[in-house]
Formats: sequence, structure tokens, C-alpha cells
Amino acid sequence: MNLAMLKRFLPSGRHVVIGIPFFWLLLFFLLPFVIVLKISFAEAEVAIPPYTEIFVWADNQLQILLNLGNYVFLSEDELYLLSYLSSLKIALVSTLLCLLIGYPMAYAMARASKQAQTILLMLIMMPTWTAILIRVYAWMGILANNGLLNSALMGIGLIDEPLQILNTNLAVYIGIVYSYLPFMVLPLYANLVKHDPTLLEAAADLGAGRIASFWRITVPLSRSGIIAGCMLVFIPVVGEFVIPELLGGPETLMIGKVLWQEFFNNRDWPVAASLAVVMLAILLIPIILFNRNQAKELEDKP
Amino acid sequence: MKRWSFSNVMLWVGLAFIYLPMVILVIYSFNDSRLVTVWGGWSVRWYASLLDNTQLMGAVMRSLEIAFYTAIAAVALGTLAAFVLTRIPRFRGRTLFGGMVTAPLVMPEVITGLSLLLLFVAMAQLIGWPAERGMTTIWIAHTTFSSAYVAVVVMSRLRELDLSIEEAAMDLGAKPWKVFFLITMPMIAPSLVAGGMLAFALSLDDLVLASFVSGPGATTLPMEIFSAVRLGVKPDINAIASLILLVISLFTFLAWYFTRQAEERRRRSIQQMLDETRPQRDPRPQTA
Repeated sequence: MNLAMLKRFLPSGRHVVIGIPFFWLLLFFLLPFVIVLKISFAEAEVAIPPYTEIFVWADNQLQILLNLGNYVFLSEDELYLLSYLSSLKIALVSTLLCLLIGYPMAYAMARASKQAQTILLMLIMMPTWTAILIRVYAWMGILANNGLLNSALMGIGLIDEPLQILNTNLAVYIGIVYSYLPFMVLPLYANLVKHDPTLLEAAADLGAGRIASFWRITVPLSRSGIIAGCMLVFIPVVGEFVIPELLGGPETLMIGKVLWQEFFNNRDWPVAASLAVVMLAILLIPIILFNRNQAKELEDKP
Repeated sequence: MKRWSFSNVMLWVGLAFIYLPMVILVIYSFNDSRLVTVWGGWSVRWYASLLDNTQLMGAVMRSLEIAFYTAIAAVALGTLAAFVLTRIPRFRGRTLFGGMVTAPLVMPEVITGLSLLLLFVAMAQLIGWPAERGMTTIWIAHTTFSSAYVAVVVMSRLRELDLSIEEAAMDLGAKPWKVFFLITMPMIAPSLVAGGMLAFALSLDDLVLASFVSGPGATTLPMEIFSAVRLGVKPDINAIASLILLVISLFTFLAWYFTRQAEERRRRSIQQMLDETRPQRDPRPQTA
């Protein structure tokens, strides 16, 4: 890449071009996390805003009041620990389900004709643009006790009384896999479509079977697509709120829902903030992995 | 290739899984019965009743307005970010910048929403702005997270571009901003449109961020729908949901169609140019 020319012309403009998005993201994306960290050390108070100040300037000295009570509270109440574990479990299982369903889909797309590929791509893309809220809502009508699925099953005489699916974890799994499947398929497809078919031909010439060459060539080559897809599903699902709220029941423990309740129902901002801090700490490694993967993709210019 | 291979069957099953619930939703929105699970014949009464629902209509207008401004701002911001990441290989804080551009793609919405709200509260205390949370704060939240999506879309286009055209323009003495607006912009225009539509759709769709950063009186459409469906399925919500589905599918289809058209025109004109220039030129291999 010859950028010497660009650089020579960009001494002042360069700073503006970098500065605007940099400043915006710094202010509205990074700084807020620092504030969340700060509030997580405050105490809840009946006031506006409903938390105590951490930095107090009194008698010419700066007092920093760090209250670790919220974190102690989180570790003492079993509900929070169980919610984190259950969120991670639900996210892990649904990521695997998405991968199992999404990989063959992406594989078939990448092998379709060029014409078919653009249409299939649009068909997969469209749901990602459509409100998750509405797509989850569509399932409420299908899975309800008197809903379409139960009526159909009873109609053909498979069951005698309606199955309780809505408001169980099963419904949550269905909703998550349904909503996040396109996010798994898209990066996998983008990766698989770049593969060189001659590699598979070479493997076949050397006597490898179709299954062997799939596992030893296609899968290893699609590693970065698998990572991107899994992270695009796993990380947001851990904090998912809408799906467990609408499809899940009282037994469904997910940390996004707990955080929402702490914030909106109990109005305990500091506890909500400390829940967010712990969630972020758990997700830090996956997020870094995802960012590394994306950065590498960016540098591997074709 | 076998037509009925395992992966092909999976593809069709998967697509059916994705589309069937939406089709069912649209069909049931035309159900005459007040009971959402009993079929009572075709009717458009729930669509007609939407017009009388002033609260819902107000939320629709508010959401459309926010989505419109979000699309504009996100395209500007996302394109700048994409340009920086693809054209300026080295500057201080590049790793941090790259991380901040891609992290919003996966960050759980409850975290982003809560953190932005706390920022706005802290800013209101410190500098008195924003005095009241509402459409502006929702717009800021939506712009921040959807510009990440725009950046990804534009970045993939910028990476494909042939740098030699931009370099040639600069060799001929064009200023960088002029090169960007006259050469780069027209070449990436389809992805700008696609990115803008994506930002529009994301903003129209968002419930969690808006719930956190909105204030009294600024209820968006998803918030309105959410509070209604919490208690179960309702016929008029079926109607508005189908309308949203229709609008979004139309948008997606148009975005896809225009990108494809532009792509084809570009391919054809490049081919034409190659055909015309090849005989006079030395047979150097062309870089695609």
C-alpha cells in the first residue's frame, strides 16, 4: 500500500479525520464504562441521581469513599451467582446450536451458484435488520399453550393436552437460536466463500475422502469465521434481556434480566452498575478475542 | 455436486425456520377474531384501528425521526472510522480505536444502555447538559452503536477498492478531501446507502438502549410494543409488527437491489475499459 502520498497531504486534515470518530467513541463508548465502574462503588440513596458521591471535597482534603458493599452483596446472594452461571450456560449451548445449524447452511450457500448466492445472502441478511423484538414476539403466538404449535400437534393427535413451552427455558433456547442464527451464518459464509476449491481437489487427488478433507482442510481454514460467528452470538446472548423476558419463565435466570430488574424495578443503580462491571469482566476475554480476530481479518488483505 | 446433500437440506430447513414465524405473524395480523389464537376470517380491522391509536402513532413518528437522524450521523461517523482504519495504517492509539469500533458489535445492550445513562446523568450534574433525557440522548446512543455496523460495511468496501485511482488523483495534485469526495465517495456510495439503511433499521428496532436513556414523554415504538406484549399477544400489535416487517423487508430488498445494480455496472464498465485499452497497452497483468 503506497500511502506516502496520502500522508504528505494529510498533516492537519489527518488529525481531524482521526479525531472526530476517536473523540466520539471515547466520550460515548469508553468513558461511560469508567463511570459505571465508579458508580458500582457508590451506595444507593433516595435522591436524584439515586447514588452517593464517591469523591468528597471536605476540609481541604479529597476523600474517596469506595464502597465495596455492592460486590459483597453480589457474592452473598446466591441468585446473582446462579444467574451468571445460567446465562453462561444458555449462551454456550445456544452458540453451539447456532454453529451446528449455521455451518452447514453457510457451507451450502458458499457452494451455490453466484446468482443464487446473492439471493441467499439477502435472505439471511434481512432478518438481522428486522427487529428482534418482533421476531421474538412472533414466537409467543406460536408457542403459547393455545398457540399454533400446540393446536397443530393436538390436531394431528400427537398429544392430548397442550405442552407447556412458552415461559420455559426451551422457549428461550428456541428464541435465541432463531434470533442469532443469521449472525452465525454471515461471517461463516464470508469466510467459506473465499476458500480455494483447488485445495479440496488436491486433497481428493491424494486420496482423501470427502469427510476427511472437510475436517482437515475446510474446517481449519474457516477458523476465523467460526471465531467471529461464535463471538457474535455468545457475547450478546450472555447479556440478553428481551428473549428471556418475553419467552422465558420464572425459572429462567439470566443476568441481563436481573440487571434490568435491579435498575428499573428496584431502582438500585449501584447494584446494577456492579452487575454490569462483573458481566464485563467475564466477557472481557471473549471481547478481546473477537477484536483480535477482526483486526487480523482487516490486515489479511486479499 | 449433489443437489440433496446434507448441507443443502440444512440451508432450506434453516431458511424455513427463519421465515415461517414471520409469515405466520403476518397471516394472523389479518385475523378478524379478537382472540389471537382462533381464526375468525380475513379482515384489516386491526390495521384500521392502528390509525385511531394516537399513542402508538406518536411513538411511530418519534421512532422514525430518531432513526432518520441516526442514519445520517451514523453514516458520517462510521465512514470516517472506516476510512481511518483502512487508509491510515499507523497512528497513536490505533489498536484502541479499532477496538472501540468493533466492540459495540458484540457488547450486550444492557451494559451499553446502563453505561450511557450513567454518563448522561454525570454530564448533567457536571455541565448541565443534557438537562433532560429524551430524543437527543436516544439519538446519541443509537448513533454510537450503529456507526460500528456502518463502519464494518464501509470498511469491507474500502478494502476492495483499487488504491491506484486515489493515488493517481493525488499525483495530479488533487487535495485529499477532494479525492475523497470526488473519487472515493462515488465508488463506495452503494455501501454508504446500505450502511445508512442498516443504521435506520437498527435504530427503529432498538428497545434496550432507548429504555435506559430515554426520559419522560420520549417513548419509542419498540418501548410501546414491549410494554404491550409483556402481557401476551394482541391483535393490534400483530398489525403494527407486520407493518414494520413489511417496511424493513422493502428496505433490505432495495438496498440489496441497488448494491447489486451498482456492482454490475461497475463490473461491466471495468470490463469495457479493459477491452478497449488492452490492444494498445503492454500486456502487464491487471490487478483486480
